[in-house]
Amino acid sequence: MNSSSLRRIGQTLLIPILAVFSALVVGAIIMWIFGDNPIAAYRGLFEGAVGSARAWSTTIRKMTPLILTGLSVAVAFKAGLFNIGASGQFIMGTVCSVAVGINFEGLPAFIHLPLALLAGIAGGMAWGFIPGALKVFTGAHEVIVTIMLNYVASLFASWTVYAGGTQGQTPGPLWDTTAGPISETADVFISARLPWIFAEPYRVHWGVVIALVVALIMWWVIFKTTLGFETRTVGANNKAARYAGMNVNWVIILTMMIAGGLAGLAGGIETLGLNHKFAPEFTGGVGFDGITVALLGQTNPIGVVLSAFLLGALDAGGARMQFDSGVSADIIQVIQALVLAFVAAPTIIRQIYRIRKPSDQVESTVFSSGWGR
Amino acid sequence: MGKRRYRVTSYIIGGLILVFIVMAILVNTTSLGDSTWMRVFFGISALNFTLRASVPLILGAMCGILCERTGIINIGIEGMMLAGAFAAFVAKTNTNDWPLLASLLFGVAAALVTGGLMGLLHGVFSIRYRMDQIISGTVLIILAAGLTAYLFDRNAVAEGKFGTIAIPGLSQIPVLGEVIFTNPPLTYTTLILVVVIHIGFFYTRWGLRSRACGEHPRAADTVGINVNRFRYMNTIIGGMLAGLAGGFLVLEAVGQFQEGMTAGRGFISLAAMIFGNWMPFGAMGASLLFGYTQALQNELLLAGVTTVPRQFVSMIPYIVTIVAVSGFVGRVRPPAAEGKVYETEGGSE
Repeated sequence: MNSSSLRRIGQTLLIPILAVFSALVVGAIIMWIFGDNPIAAYRGLFEGAVGSARAWSTTIRKMTPLILTGLSVAVAFKAGLFNIGASGQFIMGTVCSVAVGINFEGLPAFIHLPLALLAGIAGGMAWGFIPGALKVFTGAHEVIVTIMLNYVASLFASWTVYAGGTQGQTPGPLWDTTAGPISETADVFISARLPWIFAEPYRVHWGVVIALVVALIMWWVIFKTTLGFETRTVGANNKAARYAGMNVNWVIILTMMIAGGLAGLAGGIETLGLNHKFAPEFTGGVGFDGITVALLGQTNPIGVVLSAFLLGALDAGGARMQFDSGVSADIIQVIQALVLAFVAAPTIIRQIYRIRKPSDQVESTVFSSGWGR
Repeated sequence: MGKRRYRVTSYIIGGLILVFIVMAILVNTTSLGDSTWMRVFFGISALNFTLRASVPLILGAMCGILCERTGIINIGIEGMMLAGAFAAFVAKTNTNDWPLLASLLFGVAAALVTGGLMGLLHGVFSIRYRMDQIISGTVLIILAAGLTAYLFDRNAVAEGKFGTIAIPGLSQIPVLGEVIFTNPPLTYTTLILVVVIHIGFFYTRWGLRSRACGEHPRAADTVGINVNRFRYMNTIIGGMLAGLAGGFLVLEAVGQFQEGMTAGRGFISLAAMIFGNWMPFGAMGASLLFGYTQALQNELLLAGVTTVPRQFVSMIPYIVTIVAVSGFVGRVRPPAAEGKVYETEGGSE
């Protein structure tokens, strides 16, 4: 690697690193203003994130779905689409994976597990197809449609495991009949579970390996294939892509389906690897975090992995922070918002740290092309 | 440039409202009201619920219109509302020992100021620092969710909320009087604000200039309008309206604050804004429609007339939103320069 490409990598990383640092500083100021001890809080955060083998395993566990939801949002961004719907796609993936996982008893694991994962991908894809198709055929903006679909997905998931109600409502199809009045599914069969890499007490499953491999594949798809080229062209200039003879409508639908599939896989991996069942209370919060991950990673799959690690670490450390220092873990969300703000407005960072703008740097993509087509 | 095609949409909505009012009067005064189904659809409680559910949507949509008509996309309405709600709650709980009205008004003021500050933040991000406006909105949402959760004192209790004021005379009108003229003050304020914003936008210099900034900022600049000043101003006013929506939730509707209590209302008001073609009355009509779907959901569950699982009934507002946005967005036209950073000729930073 020669020095100029090293410098380029350094420049690419500089802004995100300074953004994270600045966000932590502002977070500390907020904690200080409201009477919390930021030093104790950050010590707890650090301990809980990377301070021990247990902490590392928690970070890896938290980062796994974030890689995939981050990729989901990032891929959509590449085509100029804003996928706020990763939560809904995540939820649909979970529902479909569990539906396969709690059925088909006796299937060998090498069929059952891939089948359950594929079901998750399919569920997410279907949920990504809707906003893509609506955008293409009716012009409905994907931001509104994906947000609404998040609510619909969460209600749908809640129905599938519903234990039945007072007004003669029938229980949902995935409800565990042995659970009594509790609304939840049965555990998925062992044959559909992702095996542990490090078993109890570390609880690290093979999902993280799948997520990393998928990130590599997505990098290859985006930067080395025709489809990826078309996606990026559509994202950069919709009209130019159309004049160049690309099927823009198809690219938009396909990209949303891939985005949905990635978030669906995240849901599948999370349940098949970790929870083994789901209850209606769960939300697709990791889907929303995917936005921060994607933007922090500058919509590059490798960057997504790095930022998923960072957010996973923050998430993992948050619980320990709250336990050790009594600072509410909700501050983590504030820090995430600040990171996002600083990454999305590099001018702020450049002004604070007096960095000159590199002459060859391409300005970040503009996503907000309005509500029309 | 073609004329805005809002007339058809507003005629449709206007016609629907008329049919609706007639049905409502019939159901609540004649024997038509003996049918449970009719009461579910047109009963007084459904209508009251509709207005109550619509107020935050109307205010949110007005916020969206103010911002977007000047060229700033605002998907952060949800965050502005939440921040306003929280500020109102904090102000109210800290002044519980004041006279009720003073304390409530203080809460309203806090909601307005906080909403305005959120608007200012959105302006600074997207105008000063040229952050992508959709990302800036997302930042507002996450920031508001995080900060309000972090600062929320779960033991605090707000005592009292706005009560209804029956307008003398008008409240005696059957059905209409009960639904429209017997409401708490913020509801009246909202309805008046819609008229004020409509007049402001289409009959004053401020409105013309604001719209010019959203449609053709270069032309506006050429005739001496300070585009970014207008964008700041309207984003801040819009933020105040969204903040007021949050204040309404705490001080008039619920009486308390809950984490994430805006529950997607900011997003639905965005849809109402689009559905209403960026017109104040159009957006109000759309908000009432969405509010009505929520009322319907509520009434259906209360009346127990259906065995459809409640989760599916609860999906109605969201699905109606998707259908509305899909069916109408092709026929509406957003402000031309929306989402684009405006830089003066040759100048930057």
